Amino acid sequence: MQQIMKLEGITQEFGGLRALDGVDLEITRGEIFGVIGPNGAGKTTLFNIITGIYVPTAGNLIFNGQKINGFPPYKIASLGIARTFQNIRLFNRLSVEDNVKIGTFGLEKISFWGSLLGLPVEKKAEREAKEKSDRFLQMLGLYEKRHEYAASLSYGEQRRLEIARALALDPVLLLLDEPAAGMNPAEKEELMDLIRKIRDELKITVLLVEHDMNLVMNICERIAVLDYGRKIAEGMPEEIKNDERVIMSYLGDLGE
Amino acid sequence: MFWEQLINGLTLGSTYALIALGYTMVYGIIQLINFAHGEIYMFGAFAGLFLVTVLGVNIFVALIGAMIFCMLLGILVEIIAYRPLRGKSSRLSGLISAIGVSIFLSTLMVLLRGPNTTRYPEVLNIHSYTIGSVEISSLQIVILLVAFVLMAGLQFMVQKTRLGKAMRACSQDLDAACLMGINVNRIISFTFAVGSALAAAGGVMVGIYYNAVWPYMGMMAGLKAFSAAVLGGIGSIPGAMLGGIILGVLEIFGVAYLSSSYKDAIAFAILILVLLIRPQGIMGQKKIKKV
Repeated sequence: MQQIMKLEGITQEFGGLRALDGVDLEITRGEIFGVIGPNGAGKTTLFNIITGIYVPTAGNLIFNGQKINGFPPYKIASLGIARTFQNIRLFNRLSVEDNVKIGTFGLEKISFWGSLLGLPVEKKAEREAKEKSDRFLQMLGLYEKRHEYAASLSYGEQRRLEIARALALDPVLLLLDEPAAGMNPAEKEELMDLIRKIRDELKITVLLVEHDMNLVMNICERIAVLDYGRKIAEGMPEEIKNDERVIMSYLGDLGE
Repeated sequence: MFWEQLINGLTLGSTYALIALGYTMVYGIIQLINFAHGEIYMFGAFAGLFLVTVLGVNIFVALIGAMIFCMLLGILVEIIAYRPLRGKSSRLSGLISAIGVSIFLSTLMVLLRGPNTTRYPEVLNIHSYTIGSVEISSLQIVILLVAFVLMAGLQFMVQKTRLGKAMRACSQDLDAACLMGINVNRIISFTFAVGSALAAAGGVMVGIYYNAVWPYMGMMAGLKAFSAAVLGGIGSIPGAMLGGIILGVLEIFGVAYLSSSYKDAIAFAILILVLLIRPQGIMGQKKIKKV
């Protein structure tokens, strides 16, 4: 059991509102971990804290033994934490291929003179970016569309492109923010296979936030439940399903 | 007459275009109208003058020297005057800061050189060529060529290199770019550097063309180039090129066929018309506000 990410007493306040209240989480290397909870429970806030958009009001964020709160987002990303977004945020007016290439830019620092003068360093980096984008686009079935604008892709394809772009960062931890939102059952099946493949073949730890209970129960090995900014339960899918507080606060609502 | 005026217009327009690019690139990335950009152009013209007169270098070496000097100046202005305000306060404060830098830089040049106009020395042997009935000077050819090469280079850089792609990504979604591991501040610095270098090239060439540089030359040129950027569609690089050329040509034709006293009014008349009829400019994209 090796921890990859540890959250200690994470609290986030916005003015008077406490979006997260002393949340502890430990994510183990190689697992698929799910965070669930009703709307407004603080799930996306949690992602925004882990990726450095917010600096938590209190608590520690420890990644691979290193304290990372206060790090700027680009630095956290280049340490190996990549994410997708609940509302798709692709670079719409870049090609599909360039969107994925952007993901590699954080790893290989862009050289100003190299780019301007077309030096060999830059050509090499460009070639490597191309190889990587080809690989991930093939994996996600978007290779044929690599020259199209990201905006011209269908909704499901855009979701996959977001994953491809995140993978290009060579992450060790991948954060998926409601990856199944707006997908039909067949697409959800494919998505589950894909997430497993990412973990099994690329050895990437996956942390996901999702509304779809079926998907979460199916692929997550451990689940944490948030409600009003607090963690009210944590455990394996079976335990969560039978946890009374969870049923009360979350599953109960669905049953109405 | 017509063809000669057209060449004059293209020459002037290409220098407007070089300056307009800096406005549009910076706006594209951080939505700031960098009102100090005209003063960067002015510093470029003076840096070129310094290199030619004091160090006695070749004009092309001076051009490159002035571009590098302004790159550093542009980066410095961004770090001191804009970066500390970014994200922490409204866009308006960036704009006010830009106006402050603009006043500071032109006043600084007055302190250094006095307010008077300085003549550029003869740096090129100017020949006139006659093609048919059209007369074109070697200086115009050099300006057009340099401007064309720089703009083609910029277009290549923006479309093909990693730096250019990172710039485009930042201009589309700054936060997402940051979350993909791009050091956004670095890219913003580079954008200022590239825009300032182009303005410097414009400054040196205008200095030679009109044989005059003065500390307030950036004011009017900056405003006109800004109008050109708006005409082309602010944020759009091809738009700034096109806008600059159109503005230069219209201005020269206005002087030739109407009256030279309308020279400066033409640019602003166009600015007002564009804002009324097509606020997004020729190549700009219409922003649809989501409610």
